[in-house]
Amino acid sequence: MKNDNAVYTTHELAVGYRNGKTAVTLLQGLNLSLEKGKLVALLGQNGAGKSTLLRALTCDERPLSGTIEINGRNLADMSQKDRSRLIGLVSTERIQAGALTVTELVGLGRQPHMGFLGRLDEEDHEIVRQAMDDAGIIGKANEYMASLSDGERQKAMIARALAQQTPIIILDEPTAFLDVASRIETMRLLQTLAHDRGKAVLLSSHDISQSLMLADELWLITTDRQVITGSTQQLVADGAMNRLFENRDIHFNPNILDYSF
Amino acid sequence: MTSRRFNITIVALTLLLVLLMLACLVFGSVDIPFGKIVDIIAGKGSGNKAWDIIILQSRIPMIATAALAGAALSISGLLLQTTFNNPLAGPSILGVSSGAGLGVAIVILALGGTLGGLWGGNVGSYMAILLGALLGAGAVLLILIAFSAIVRSNTMLLIIGILVSYLTSSVVQLLNSVATEEGVHNYVAWGFGNFSGVSVAQMPIYAGIIILALIGSAFMIKPLNALLLGARYARNLGINVSRTRNILLLITGILTAVVTAFCGPIGFIGLVVPHIARMSMGTSNHSRLVPATILAGADIALLCAVASVSNPHGIIPINAITPVIGVPIILYIIINRRRIQYFN
Repeated sequence: MKNDNAVYTTHELAVGYRNGKTAVTLLQGLNLSLEKGKLVALLGQNGAGKSTLLRALTCDERPLSGTIEINGRNLADMSQKDRSRLIGLVSTERIQAGALTVTELVGLGRQPHMGFLGRLDEEDHEIVRQAMDDAGIIGKANEYMASLSDGERQKAMIARALAQQTPIIILDEPTAFLDVASRIETMRLLQTLAHDRGKAVLLSSHDISQSLMLADELWLITTDRQVITGSTQQLVADGAMNRLFENRDIHFNPNILDYSF
Repeated sequence: MTSRRFNITIVALTLLLVLLMLACLVFGSVDIPFGKIVDIIAGKGSGNKAWDIIILQSRIPMIATAALAGAALSISGLLLQTTFNNPLAGPSILGVSSGAGLGVAIVILALGGTLGGLWGGNVGSYMAILLGALLGAGAVLLILIAFSAIVRSNTMLLIIGILVSYLTSSVVQLLNSVATEEGVHNYVAWGFGNFSGVSVAQMPIYAGIIILALIGSAFMIKPLNALLLGARYARNLGINVSRTRNILLLITGILTAVVTAFCGPIGFIGLVVPHIARMSMGTSNHSRLVPATILAGADIALLCAVASVSNPHGIIPINAITPVIGVPIILYIIINRRRIQYFN
C-alpha cells in the first residue's frame, strides 16, 4: 500500500513512557501516514496517549519501538537541525516571550535556516511578513506578545511555525484555551494551510464537532487503545466515533456531530 | 522604532559609564586636582609620586575591576534567568556565588596561615583561590542542574539555591573554628566585597577571562532567544537544548567564580541588572539584551564603587551598598509584574 502523497509514516511504532527500568506501553503497532494537503485531527480521551504520540512524532520523546520516516528518511537518524526544517510545532507550553513583538517571535521560526549568529536577511523578513499575513496576525506585527488575546497569540505561534517553512506542522491542542470564535478561526486557518499551501497538518484536539467539520482525516484512539484512521465521513458513517468513549455513559450523535447522553 | 530605542539606550548607558568612570577617578580618600589626574593619565606625571601611584595603581585598576565585575555578574544573571526560565534567578540567590565562596573559604582557611598575605602578588595563592572558586561554583551548578530535572517549579529551585547557601555558610563556620586567626581575618575581609582586590599584575588574568566569557555569551544569542519559548520549542527550532544549557551554565560559572574569587561574594547585581536592561530596552530579545546588560552592569557596579569611596570616614563595603540599590528595584518589579510585558 505505497502512498505517494505520504510525507510522514510510522512503522510498527509503539509509544508510552519509561518508569525507571520498566516501559509502560500506551499505544503499539502503529502504522500511520500523514499526507500533504490534508488536515488530520487526533482525537481521544484524556490519558489515551495523544500527547505521548505527538511527542514521539515531534522527536521530543524516543518511541519505545518502531520507526518514523519522513520522505523515506528515518527521523531518528537525522540531526536536530534537519528535523527542524521538516516539522513545525505548536504546543500549549507556557512561553517567556511576552516582551517580544509578534514580528520577533515569528522571526524565531527562521532559526533553522539562519547562520550561527542568527541574523535575519531581506528574504527572511519577507518570509516572516508572509507568514504573519497568512496567519491573519499581520495587523498586530509590532505589538508585544503579552498584549495579545489568547486567540491572537495562537495565530502568532502558528505564523512562527509557518515561517519555519516545514512540510509538516504538528499542533498539540492548538484550540485548548480559546473561546469558540477563536477555535473556529484557528481550525479554518489550519484547514487553509493544508488545502492551499499543501502542508501536512496534524493536530490533537478535544473539540470533537469542529474537528469533524473541518478535518479531512481522523486518527481516533479508542477506549481499548487501538488507533483507527480514515476519512472523516467514512469514520462517522461507520460509527467509529462511538469507540472513543465506550467506558463512559455517552454516545455519538451524527446529526449534531457531537456526543450526547 | 525599536532600533532607535536601542541606539538611545546604548548611548545613554555608555555616557553614564564614562561619567561614573570619571567620578571614580576623582573621588577617593585623597583629593587630587582634576588637572593633575589628566596629567597622570596622559603620562606626564603630576610631580607627586603618591598621587601617581594612587591613580595608576589603585583607582584605574579599581574602575576596570568594578566595570568588568558588574558586566560579568549581570550576564551571569541574564543567562541563569533564561536558562532556568525564572525571572528571579541570579548567581547569588541560586547559591552559585556562595559555592564559589566556599571554594575560596576552603583555600583561604585551609592555607590561610601559609598564603603569606592574601593578595600579596603571590601567583600561586591567587590561582589556588581562583581554582577553588571555579570548583565551588561548578559544584553548585551541577546541583542546580540535577534538581531542575526533578523539581519543575521555579520557586522550588530558588529555595534550593537558598538552602545551598545556608549549607555552604555552615561549612564555612566549621572551617572558621579550626582555621588560623589570619585566615579567618582574610576570609571576613574578602566577604565584605571589594573592587580594590585586583592588582595591576593580576589584571590580565582577571580581565582576560571575563572578556573571553562575555564574548562567548554574545555567541549564544541565537539559542538564548530560542530558549525563551521553552525547551520543547527550542528543540523544534534545531537547538540542542542540553548542550546549550551546559555551555550557558559553564559561562555563568566561570564569570561568577572569577568575580567572586577577586571581589568577594557580591549580591543583587546579577539579579537586578537584566531587569534594568529589559525595562530600558523594552524587550527580551537577547540581541539587544546582552549589550544592554553588559553596559548597565558596568554602570551599576561603578555606582556602587563611587558610593563605597564617598564616605570620608573610610571605605563602605560593596555588600553594604548593593542591597540598597537592588532591593527597591526587585520590589518594583514584583509589584508591577502584571504591567511589565516580559512576565506574561
